[in-house]
Amino acid sequence: MEAFTTHTGRAVPLRRSNVDTDQIIPAHWLKKVTRDGFEDGLFEAWRKDGKFILNQPERKGATVLVAGPDFGTGSSREHAVWALQNYGFKTVISSRFADIFRGNSLKNGLLTVVLDQKIVDALQDLTEKDPEAEITVDLQAREVRAEGITASFELDENSRWRLLNGLDDISITLQNEADIAAYEAKRPSYKPRTLQG
Amino acid sequence: MGRTLAEKVWDDHVVRRAEGEPDLLFIDLHLLHEVTSPQAFDGLRKSGRPVRRLDLTIATEDHNTPTLDIDKPIADPVSRIQLETLRKNAADFGVRLHPLGDVEQGVVHVVGPQLGLTQPGMTVVCGDSHTSTHGAFGGLAFGIGTSQVEHVLATQTLPLVRPKTMAITVNGELPDGVTAKDLILAIIARIGTGGGQGYVLEYRGSAIEKLSMEARMTICNMSIEAGARAGMIAPDQTTFDYLEGRPHAPKGEDWDAAVAYWKTLKTDEDAEFDAEVVIEAAELSPFVTWGTNPGQGAPLSANVPDPASYEDASERVAAEKALEYMGLEAGQPLSSIKVDTVFVGSCTNGRIEDLRAAAELVKGRKVADGVRMLVVPGSARVGLQAVSEGLDVVFKEAGAEWRHAGCSMCLGMNPDQLAPGERSASTSNRNFEGRQGKGGRTHLVSPQVAAATAVLGHLASPADLSDAPVAAGV
Ligand code: SF4
Repeated sequence: MEAFTTHTGRAVPLRRSNVDTDQIIPAHWLKKVTRDGFEDGLFEAWRKDGKFILNQPERKGATVLVAGPDFGTGSSREHAVWALQNYGFKTVISSRFADIFRGNSLKNGLLTVVLDQKIVDALQDLTEKDPEAEITVDLQAREVRAEGITASFELDENSRWRLLNGLDDISITLQNEADIAAYEAKRPSYKPRTLQG
Repeated sequence: MGRTLAEKVWDDHVVRRAEGEPDLLFIDLHLLHEVTSPQAFDGLRKSGRPVRRLDLTIATEDHNTPTLDIDKPIADPVSRIQLETLRKNAADFGVRLHPLGDVEQGVVHVVGPQLGLTQPGMTVVCGDSHTSTHGAFGGLAFGIGTSQVEHVLATQTLPLVRPKTMAITVNGELPDGVTAKDLILAIIARIGTGGGQGYVLEYRGSAIEKLSMEARMTICNMSIEAGARAGMIAPDQTTFDYLEGRPHAPKGEDWDAAVAYWKTLKTDEDAEFDAEVVIEAAELSPFVTWGTNPGQGAPLSANVPDPASYEDASERVAAEKALEYMGLEAGQPLSSIKVDTVFVGSCTNGRIEDLRAAAELVKGRKVADGVRMLVVPGSARVGLQAVSEGLDVVFKEAGAEWRHAGCSMCLGMNPDQLAPGERSASTSNRNFEGRQGKGGRTHLVSPQVAAATAVLGHLASPADLSDAPVAAGV
């Protein structure tokens, strides 16, 4: 997992509430065999509409999604997070995320930032008016900054530590390599192995 | 205070324990198949990590594989890509793979035990919820998600929070004609599809002790349908006898050491379970499902229940919806339900003992007109064994189709599917809407009920077959 310390980028204001994971990535994409290549499936149905905000040329290369409340409801598919990341988003801001989506996002290094709806509104106003406006998400300082806006956000210490250090569960476990090796050394010889016999 | 079987196995696998953190558990055996592993291998590739313990990892192909024409290229391009991806991943990382056409290929939960890789006191995981099957040997076995698959590939461990324990004690002895499948369906109907949530189930009591390994696997297999991630049965002489001489079973001194350890794997007298359920085996009879979740079941001799009889509003609505989907009337005798298809197979009932039981009943009889009966061994080895016993001939002479090993009609991911509105009696484990094909209607049954149903054309128990003709001299 890539470390997340501070990120600055242009934004996509998405003024919809209750965006569920079926909208983020439709079910037929789940047959894919990779974590990559989901970018074209992201908001697939909405993107058929030429006026949808993601289709606007000035939003190209934007990395911050400023979403409505209750983002990521529905199924537990990790593919929703992969699709957002594949497309290029580094962080999603909303006043409320669905639990499972939030867990998945933090596991994969996509920082989900919870801010007051008033501040989310202000960020959407700003970036709607000015597509060039940048938003900074500073995990060190737990702060979101944009022109005329400074807001702090909460994130539990454990998740923050993992993101700042780019540690996924696997990296954390591998920090205990010595414990694993010690356990392996004392496993009885009668335990089966797949590569013999 | 004493410990339960689950607690003993758990404690024996703790790599690291720290305040405020989940335990880090060592995984003894990691089973892989084509559906849930691709993104996990992809993750390893991206982070440049190898598979930590290739010698504790094994893969097979099952969900997408066809059961006919297995020597021809796979027609569905999506299925083909999933299988090709597994083959490439196995080759790139050095994982032992049993692909379609290999003699050890088959449903992952049939293959592990039959090779002797599943043993008492082990932790077994797989990206598949029916991994609970392996608990029949007295280990902790459970399904995991794709991120966890990658975690196990990379570290051979998993951080896990200790589950609670539930004892399911089955006293007495199963009556004649009543099988492990009937028992587990009755247990699920009793505790509900969420009843086991958060627990490891331990099946115990005299009725369980008398069961064969195949029957024990059938029971543990469906623990997940009761909401539990794992089910287990303490190992005993039946377990040891099943394992002895299998390709990966310990040998010589190792065997003695292993058996000595395995004998310690039982719940202590003074251990306490967090919950307990007691069942009297003598009260059971052949059991079938009428609805669209595995908890919606009843004795075959009963009628389709009236939704109005449910006190709980959500259960009532669920029953109404189920009857509508299943095309059934409240009050109709279950034994009057006519079927189009009978499926014998899956990781629940695709083992040799299951095929023998079904064959014995169809022997010399004919599958009813208009009924299609599909017999699919759980693994290529089971298929070979059945052929050596002549079971394939028995099935074919009765008018059934004898197929190659795989998940087959257990789920609609390969060519074996129900058409919309078609009704099946199936020895598999899930009767969800569309599970066996879009619009398909599933009744879960034992292999014996499946066979009797195939012959009579409606849901039937072996006892109902006494009137059906048996050709002389067969
Ligand atoms: S037989 Fe059915 S339940 Fe078993 S692994 Fe295959 S699809 Fe899953």
